[in-house]
Amino acid sequence: MADGTLAAPRPAAIDGTRANGMQRFARRRSTIAFLMALPLLLVVLGLVAYPAGYGIYLSTLNRRMTANIGLGNYEILFDSDTFWDVAFQSCVFALSAVFLKALIGFWLAHMLHHIPAKGQRKWRGMLLVPWVIPPALSTLGWWWMFDPTYSSINYILNIFAVPSVPWLGEAWWARSAIIIVNVWYGAPFFMIMYLAALKSVPEQLYEAAAIDGATSWQRLRYITLPMMANIISITVLFSLIVTFANYDIVRVLTNGGPRDLTHVFASYAFQVGILAGNIPRGAAVSLFMVPMLAVCAFFVLRGVTRRNKEQM
Amino acid sequence: MAQVSLRKLVKAYEGGVQAVKGIDLEIADHEFVVLVGPSGCGKSTTLRMIAGLEEITSGDIAIGGTLVNDIPPRDRDIAMVFQNYALYPHMSVFDNMAFGLTLRKFPKAEIKRRVDEAARILDIAMLLDRKPKALSGGQRQRVAMGRAIVRDPKVFLFDEPLSNLDAKLRVQMRTEIKKVHQTVKTTTVYVTHDQIEAMTLADRVVVMNHGVIEQVGPPQELYHHPATRFVAGFIGSPAMNFSPARLEGDAHALRVVLPNGTALPVPEHRAARYAPYVGRPILVGIRPEHLTDKKPTDKRNIADFPAIPEVIEPMGMETLVHFWMDGHEISARLDPTCPVSVGVPITLAADMDQMHIIDPATDKVL
Repeated sequence: MADGTLAAPRPAAIDGTRANGMQRFARRRSTIAFLMALPLLLVVLGLVAYPAGYGIYLSTLNRRMTANIGLGNYEILFDSDTFWDVAFQSCVFALSAVFLKALIGFWLAHMLHHIPAKGQRKWRGMLLVPWVIPPALSTLGWWWMFDPTYSSINYILNIFAVPSVPWLGEAWWARSAIIIVNVWYGAPFFMIMYLAALKSVPEQLYEAAAIDGATSWQRLRYITLPMMANIISITVLFSLIVTFANYDIVRVLTNGGPRDLTHVFASYAFQVGILAGNIPRGAAVSLFMVPMLAVCAFFVLRGVTRRNKEQM
Repeated sequence: MAQVSLRKLVKAYEGGVQAVKGIDLEIADHEFVVLVGPSGCGKSTTLRMIAGLEEITSGDIAIGGTLVNDIPPRDRDIAMVFQNYALYPHMSVFDNMAFGLTLRKFPKAEIKRRVDEAARILDIAMLLDRKPKALSGGQRQRVAMGRAIVRDPKVFLFDEPLSNLDAKLRVQMRTEIKKVHQTVKTTTVYVTHDQIEAMTLADRVVVMNHGVIEQVGPPQELYHHPATRFVAGFIGSPAMNFSPARLEGDAHALRVVLPNGTALPVPEHRAARYAPYVGRPILVGIRPEHLTDKKPTDKRNIADFPAIPEVIEPMGMETLVHFWMDGHEISARLDPTCPVSVGVPITLAADMDQMHIIDPATDKVL
């Protein structure tokens, strides 16, 4: 009896401790933060992690998706000349388009930055127009302008006695046309990011540099660019990912032609996976860009972290 | 090394607002001149015009005898220390200091020699590899000064360089700046709103107000012989006491009569100067340190000044007593050992040799 009396409170005490522990756990800032981020995490898991995992699984299946063939799809792709053309075109397209977007975006941002605030808003709004038009729609407009018979661009070239250009008929010109449209669409994004970055550079750094003897080019080289390095890196990385995965411009403008020479990974994956009905191989094509972009992202983000630690 | 000349210098902004209204100033070679005044008085604008960071509306600026109106900052051979230091955050301390020399294509060995020398003078040799982020406010200030020193320019320009430092560090850096100037002897133009900084650092102080120069002179001259009511009130801490008063008597026995009826005899040697103002309203100004509890035995012109303390501030080395006379606050500096209580009348000693009489119509000290 005495034992029972003594023993009785023990489970209650344990329950009490457990309840307190749960309350403390629920009240912890990290727990609250996790719970608040949970909906987003579920969206990311559902829309990114699951499709990515399923894509990897699909890429290991045979065409009928009845048997696992391991890396068989990748081996077939590595032996395909068309695939290497697509890989080459994707790299040329993404690198040159991103470079030109960054260059033009920076130039526009620099010009805008030096316009007085009142006029700046008007120009900024106008220059952002290409970015806010749905790319499939604006590409259709470009397609008409590149049309071999009614090309308005060729019409203007002819006025200046320049012969017509087979914009979408020859590989080199078709590739150039895709890059032009992508740059037209994407440069305003760079412009707006760089404009924000330019505005965040303290004016006194330029004044100090001017007194130190820097010319305007040297101020750009030694002050503006290093101070914008993080924004430039992150914008380039972001744009590289989006441009590598570009689909709509190629699909509307050339549909991969002529002779599959303007395909990029996304449009080729669609052609192989959906149009040709080989979903596993299409998955293998689309997964090919992941390791390349992962390496880029690793180096870019490492640089950003290092600069943040040193400067902020 | 060079002299700086400002002639009829004007800066007007859009809308016609004049920040600087035609000032003239000659700064001698090796001189340390401090521009001081309240916010918006035009002191920083003047400095920025000397630097070439601000276009001048009219007038001339000459450095070392050369007219620099249209010469860009990089060719004026000046160095500037900014209020927020303006260190390049992506460069190490060494690179920050060497930047100006690198741009001017100095040999690497010479750059290193100069940076090391400046770092030694400023005691920052151990910081040369660090980035500005890893430095304290005082260390950043030293680096900013180092960046100016290595250039060995004709003129140093300082734009409120100590404003961002805490009170203790400000005093320490003030001494450092004075020491550096005594070492390198470069002509220096220094802008501050802190009159103590101005008084302690300057060979000559330029007091500015509303875009004009109120007075130029050595610190002691400004303190003892202010030209205007503004200078009298701006220089000195705590500020000079002002009270409306009336001059009575004749050229042989003048006295200042305060609103509460207190009559203070005017020293004989000043009577002739003030005689034309007898019967007219005047302002009398006397500094708190000349209104004390002790009557110096070696002075003749000491007057009794009755007061009833309303606020007492013991400062350790002195006690400040505040009282109001006809709505005007008057402060007095008392010996800390002086027994004083709120509401208990005391008789203070006013040193009439140190009082100033101001014409309220012109605000000029008579």
